[in-house]
Amino acid sequence: MPNPMRMRANVEGDAVVVRVLMSHPEDTGLMKAPDGKIIPAHFIQSVICKNNDKNVLTCDWGTAISKNPFLEFRFKGGKSGDKISVTWLDNKGETQTDTTTVS
Amino acid sequence: MRLRLKRIAALAGLSLPAMMLIGACATTAQAESVTQEGNAYLKLMNEMGGNPADFNIDDGKKLWSEKRGPKNASLEQCNLGLGPGVVKGAYAQLPRYFPDTGKVQDLESRLVTCMETLQGFSAKEADKDPFAKEGGNASPLENIAMYVAHESDGMKIAIPQHDALEKLSYDNGKKLFFYRAGPFSFSCAACHAESGKRIKISALPNLTNKEAAVSYATWPAYPNSQGVARTLEWRMLACERQQRWPAPKFTSSAVIDLITYMGVNSNGATLHTPSFKR
Repeated sequence: MPNPMRMRANVEGDAVVVRVLMSHPEDTGLMKAPDGKIIPAHFIQSVICKNNDKNVLTCDWGTAISKNPFLEFRFKGGKSGDKISVTWLDNKGETQTDTTTVS
Repeated sequence: MRLRLKRIAALAGLSLPAMMLIGACATTAQAESVTQEGNAYLKLMNEMGGNPADFNIDDGKKLWSEKRGPKNASLEQCNLGLGPGVVKGAYAQLPRYFPDTGKVQDLESRLVTCMETLQGFSAKEADKDPFAKEGGNASPLENIAMYVAHESDGMKIAIPQHDALEKLSYDNGKKLFFYRAGPFSFSCAACHAESGKRIKISALPNLTNKEAAVSYATWPAYPNSQGVARTLEWRMLACERQQRWPAPKFTSSAVIDLITYMGVNSNGATLHTPSFKR
């Protein structure tokens, strides 16, 4: 069971700022382990961020994303008390969803 | 001081030395702005949050209550100085003297003791690979240390100095801090005994007085240059490497004494862990 994402969402001016820290190894598939074998690629391919049920951000990610990625984005039209959900899907088919409330 | 008085005296009479004085001030301001640039970046990182070390805390919390080792026991009964199982505030009062081991111990050496006595690990297994590789994954010991330290976040540092051995640890730490050795005849004091100094854009805190808290109170931390969370034990090892000294043994009294010296100097300051570092 991976660690839950660390999420915060705040109203700043006329926008909602969302900050998410995801726990993920983000292995590129180019690195070798101490035993000399290649560590298989394991990285997030898509991230879907929703405000209540409305999709506000979709990301297509590749191997250039760092380990434990940090994502910050802002969108207009949100308000305090809204539910923000972030879902990632990686190349092994693993997925994780976490939610937070805009404060 | 005398030079400044001279200049002030000259300022009253002549304009040329006054120009020099302004020039001197500008140089100081420039040095400050250089370190501020580096500090502003770290400040931004800390305000933005999202410290990857948060995951080490999560992992450490799980490991703390997980049954491990030959005795299949958790660390929940580990006495970190405030009684068995008390984690909250324990790190703010470490290193301290422990009657059961008869030694002054810091966080990691105490955790090693608990892993040996409670979980039945051998000394060799308990402190095996204590430090993660750069950009690697933290060791179980590091994760537990990060968790325990975070439980004292926001608390005041209050490292006891009641026992004779605690005082001896401080004195030995001080001696070691000023001790010059190695091929470059370096001491810790070479870089950290004066205020307002810097290396490149990194400010060098003066660790011989209360200013020590600038550094001490922000560990354990996530140094960006390392790509993995680090504790004070690692920082001592890195400092001695930078001095071209041989690497000290993990949880050796030399390391603990240095931590005691800086920690006691920082007494009264508020802990902020984990933080971002260069």
